[in-house]
Amino acid sequence: MFTITGACTLLAVSVLFFILGYLLWKGGHALNWDFFTKLPVPVGETGGGFANAILGSAKLLILASLIGIPIGFLGGVYLAEFGGATTAFAVRYTTDLLNGVPSIVMGIFAYRMVVVQMGHFSTLAGGIALGVMMVPIAVRSTEEFLRSVPNTLREGALALGATKWRAVATVVVPAALPGITTGILLALARVAGETAPLLFTAFGNMFWSPGWNQPTASLPDTIFKFAISPYEEWHQQAWAAGLVLLTLVLATNIGARLMLRRRYF
Amino acid sequence: MKRVLLILTLALLCISCVDSDTSRTNAAAPQAGQVLINGAGATFPTPIYSKWFSEYHRKFSNIQINYQSIGSGGGIRQMIEGTVDFGATDGPMTDEQLQQAKTKILHFPTVLGAVVPAYNIAGVTQDINFTPEALAGIFLGKITKWSDPELKKANPGINLPDQNIVVIHRSDGSGTTYVWVDYLSKVSPEWKSKVGVNTSVNWPVGLGGKGNEGVAGLVKQTPNSIGYVELIYAVQNKMGYGKVRNPVGAMIKADLASVTAAAASMKNMPADFRVSITNAAGKDAYPISSFTWLLIPSKIQDAAKKKALTEFLQWMLTDGQNMVEALSYARLPKEVVAMEQKTIAGIQ
Amino acid sequence: MRSSSTIVAQAGAPRRARTFRQRLFHGDQIAHAVTFIFAASIILITALLFYELYSGAGLTRQKFGWSFLMGRIWDPVALEFGALPFIYGTLVTSAVALIIGVPLGVGAAIFLAELAPIGVSSGLAFIIELLAAVPSVIYGLLAIFTLVPFLRDDVTPVLQSTLGFLPFFQGVSYGVSLLAGGSILAIMILPFIISISREVLLAVPQDQREASLALGATRWETTWNVVVPYAKAGIIGSIFLALARALGETMAVTMVIGNDPKINLSLLGPGYSIAAAIANEFTEATSDMHISALIELGFVLFCITIVVNAVARLLILTTTRRAKA
Repeated sequence: MFTITGACTLLAVSVLFFILGYLLWKGGHALNWDFFTKLPVPVGETGGGFANAILGSAKLLILASLIGIPIGFLGGVYLAEFGGATTAFAVRYTTDLLNGVPSIVMGIFAYRMVVVQMGHFSTLAGGIALGVMMVPIAVRSTEEFLRSVPNTLREGALALGATKWRAVATVVVPAALPGITTGILLALARVAGETAPLLFTAFGNMFWSPGWNQPTASLPDTIFKFAISPYEEWHQQAWAAGLVLLTLVLATNIGARLMLRRRYF
Repeated sequence: MKRVLLILTLALLCISCVDSDTSRTNAAAPQAGQVLINGAGATFPTPIYSKWFSEYHRKFSNIQINYQSIGSGGGIRQMIEGTVDFGATDGPMTDEQLQQAKTKILHFPTVLGAVVPAYNIAGVTQDINFTPEALAGIFLGKITKWSDPELKKANPGINLPDQNIVVIHRSDGSGTTYVWVDYLSKVSPEWKSKVGVNTSVNWPVGLGGKGNEGVAGLVKQTPNSIGYVELIYAVQNKMGYGKVRNPVGAMIKADLASVTAAAASMKNMPADFRVSITNAAGKDAYPISSFTWLLIPSKIQDAAKKKALTEFLQWMLTDGQNMVEALSYARLPKEVVAMEQKTIAGIQ
Repeated sequence: MRSSSTIVAQAGAPRRARTFRQRLFHGDQIAHAVTFIFAASIILITALLFYELYSGAGLTRQKFGWSFLMGRIWDPVALEFGALPFIYGTLVTSAVALIIGVPLGVGAAIFLAELAPIGVSSGLAFIIELLAAVPSVIYGLLAIFTLVPFLRDDVTPVLQSTLGFLPFFQGVSYGVSLLAGGSILAIMILPFIISISREVLLAVPQDQREASLALGATRWETTWNVVVPYAKAGIIGSIFLALARALGETMAVTMVIGNDPKINLSLLGPGYSIAAAIANEFTEATSDMHISALIELGFVLFCITIVVNAVARLLILTTTRRAKA
């Protein structure tokens, strides 16, 4: 039986390697220094890059994290530690609902709430759309992993005289931290690759977008627009950008785990 | 924990450094002179628009025109809601849409394009001739095999296989679809009553591909299929595409000359430039051609934006037109250019 | 000998009940309040979303009422809208995704948690989590170039020769189909199921395993009969996360599902999903009725999610209650 499970793992892992290999094959030669430092150029000209998309994605994800991580983490803590039966049920239920909203509907929602109010597209609107999308995954995983911490730890802390919040903050959360990090990083990874919510909020930009108030390019958005164009050079850049996106997410993943592992193990 | 915070702060500092640096590189001139304009709309002219806006930015480095191709309908809607400075569309706005907008919106034709029937038939490398009845019949689902008499009649020398035709259309709303069904409505009363004209329609048969690229991909992958794509997609993807019979009776293959001929054969261009040139009756005209328009508000509050847009339009009609053919778009006829130059003066 | 009262008197009078201010600023109450506010904001956002969808769909709700759910025609020109084909497509592709993805995902999670050495396990889990970051556009493009021809040329003949008597596998296949949609969704939900299930399985206390082994169970019996049931709630939670993602996935599905709003019993035929329809038509829709119809589709999906979640919660409640009894 274990061999079957091993085969499942092999299948899952090989899918990723297949994707990475395909991206490399198709877009590898478009990766050069220009790719990371220059703005996109129209078709027929060489030397363009995705620099504004990379920066734009970074800014959007920072904004999304500022919204998604606090709400997600603290919401999860509430559900696992403080919640009463009915309110916890309500919060859990609505979180699952939020998770099922298609990304384009989330984009439409952010459009109506932010863009129409502000009168123009902006990085802020995109960040809000992505942040809200991060919340359900972050909440659910935080709650799951806090629950999985054995009660003995909580009781031990309380027996030593800690107040409830102290017990949670200094004992329970650190015990569950690897899992919580997984959940938050999973949420971040998911929104890093989302295009649909950004079409109507961050809108896209051929140039740099300083500040938070203007439309901005982002990796998934530019990948999408280049991929549906008729030009082979743009296609190659789209594949290369996909590779870059995955690498950046991997780097963030590794970086976050390294920082946390040292501290808590 | 302290190390985590340190690294995070460093990362944020890096990003904000690059960010503020970009605002400096954005303008050779001081910040006050920088003009940022946002536009949204059709995907069909994206290649030429991105070329134009990039060239214009090189000429005037303080003017940034950011165009995003979210679709003709998206461009129209964002213009109505006022979230962008200009729009672009493959299908002109209707009267009701114009009424919904807060200010009066002007249409400016920019380039001409064509929609072609692209196909993938095993063993057929020649150009297939399509009569209007054949195209309408195929897309209505009434002509189901490549060996149908209607097709055989127009292609005596070609060995069309006795296979089912797999129809491929657009799944997303699009100006390309608009042009295609506009043509079908003109040549087939049954199409007009049963399906009609819009950017999205209820297709009687067929599979839907997303975007021109999606249709091109599906056609290339699916044996014995036919789909409609913008000319440039067929050319870039090296797909076989057929000739279409125009009202005068000639079988015309789409290329720059035949598309310009379609525009030139139009007798009266209305003052607001909203016109359909499908099924044009010129001798060498390709019958499935179309203008694509920029949507510009007739009153622009911001003086700097107004100056930038009006000057861009002038540039587009003169220098800009010289760049279009390299990207497989047909240039505007001289008469239309002259009319547009007069209209630009009317922007307040 | 001192009387008890003096002892009490010496110990000090009982403390006064805490004042409101003291209660308000006590650490636990603050923590409770703060976390509650954040948790409540989730409810607020969801309620706002519900309201926006409901009001945005006003036009078509008035015009069609309940027949919107039953109608099979989607005609933006004649302004005739019916959601049934989309509902069907969404449910079918999600079901296929779960049927393929859950066994694969849970199987891989079991392997990674129980059998693989911790270093290998972490490394592989890392790699699998990356699958979550692949943009759905890239999934879609890859699927068109690799998955669709694979299904059309290699998988379909096998399916038709072995299971062809079932109505699910009959008919002509062009590659783009409900099966393709479900398959790409299965791949997209794998990282969620695997990561979270693995972590939950790892969190099962070691003494559970040791007790089982001590009683003479084999390693597999321990895993399947002790560890997995212990982690069941977490695994089911991950499946829900995965299902929610499958229901709402937009880009990748629309590229491979065929985008044909018809109800096909055969999985090999094309179909259409709610999210794909919204993504395809929203940017171009200009008539108010069309936009309203698309928003109502979004609202319908929201309601489907409500129902699916309710059913699932009931399932969990009954199974865990039985286990406790």
